[in-house]
Amino acid sequence: MLTLYGKNFTSRLLLGTAQYPSPEDLKHAVEASGAEIVTVSLRRESARARTGQGFWALIEELGCRVLANTAGCHTAKEAIATAEMARELFGTSWIKLEVIANDDTLQPDLFGLVEAARVLSADGFEVLPYTTEDLSAAERLVAAGCNVLMPWAAPIGSARGLINKDALKTLRAYFSDIPLIVDAGIGAPSHAAEVMEMGYDGVLLNTAVARAGDPPKMAEAFAKAIEAGRLAFEAGLIEPRDMAAPSTPVAGTPFFKIDHAS
Amino acid sequence: MKVLLNGEPFATEAATLGELCANLGFAEAKIATAVNGSFIPASTRAATQLAPADEIEIVAPRQGG
Repeated sequence: MLTLYGKNFTSRLLLGTAQYPSPEDLKHAVEASGAEIVTVSLRRESARARTGQGFWALIEELGCRVLANTAGCHTAKEAIATAEMARELFGTSWIKLEVIANDDTLQPDLFGLVEAARVLSADGFEVLPYTTEDLSAAERLVAAGCNVLMPWAAPIGSARGLINKDALKTLRAYFSDIPLIVDAGIGAPSHAAEVMEMGYDGVLLNTAVARAGDPPKMAEAFAKAIEAGRLAFEAGLIEPRDMAAPSTPVAGTPFFKIDHAS
Repeated sequence: MKVLLNGEPFATEAATLGELCANLGFAEAKIATAVNGSFIPASTRAATQLAPADEIEIVAPRQGG
């Protein structure tokens, strides 16, 4: 059971809603993923196209909890105003807080992120910050009121997997009581399984499913990988070792003779 | 007067943000608004006076990661 800000979820996969080939692909992928939380954004609405109105009808049909992001915001001020608009629009105090430092890497501006997290938490928001694996930033986000942390695995949309595994392990070890969700950079179900084997609480992804040849099938693959990874973590993985260790009992091996020469 | 609506120059006779939203056909739409970088709740749109060169944002739900 995944618990985020007092709400319980069976699925540990949070799915993005962008970049699907068609609205049908999005719908079927969300269904196949079993995700109970989907991410959305806010964008300028044209009086002529009214694109957002149709999109909202589709999201409502899915029946998932909505987690709005502040994607594209480059300052704490922009992110705060976007979060306030999102809270009214979606009727939820949950916000996936993004303050972007650099358009090429889409890495979080940790200083702006902490500032926005502090203001929003004080204003009653329940903040899910998109952050790096930096331990000091994580400490400040928790001190600012965040009760969930969402470190990246790799830059958004890069599909590179866990590029700083040691730091992610440290973060998990250090914040044993805070739900940790890897957000961004996941490319393959094996990456998601690895995250879960490390004891992370969940995975948030979008591009790896939306851009797959068959998004609903890939959504199912991720759901299974995340479930497998979680089961493995709960079961307790064995430690790797340098040398071989026979799995078949040595005692009673036929033709076995003690080598007296050695 | 001329304002900046969603980043584009826009001429309007609307005196308030509420009037502007209604003129655009957004009276019942699922939108949120901001003026000059600050969030304006739906409940205060009607009382929010517009001034020339105001920067108005009208947003709606969209796909996101």
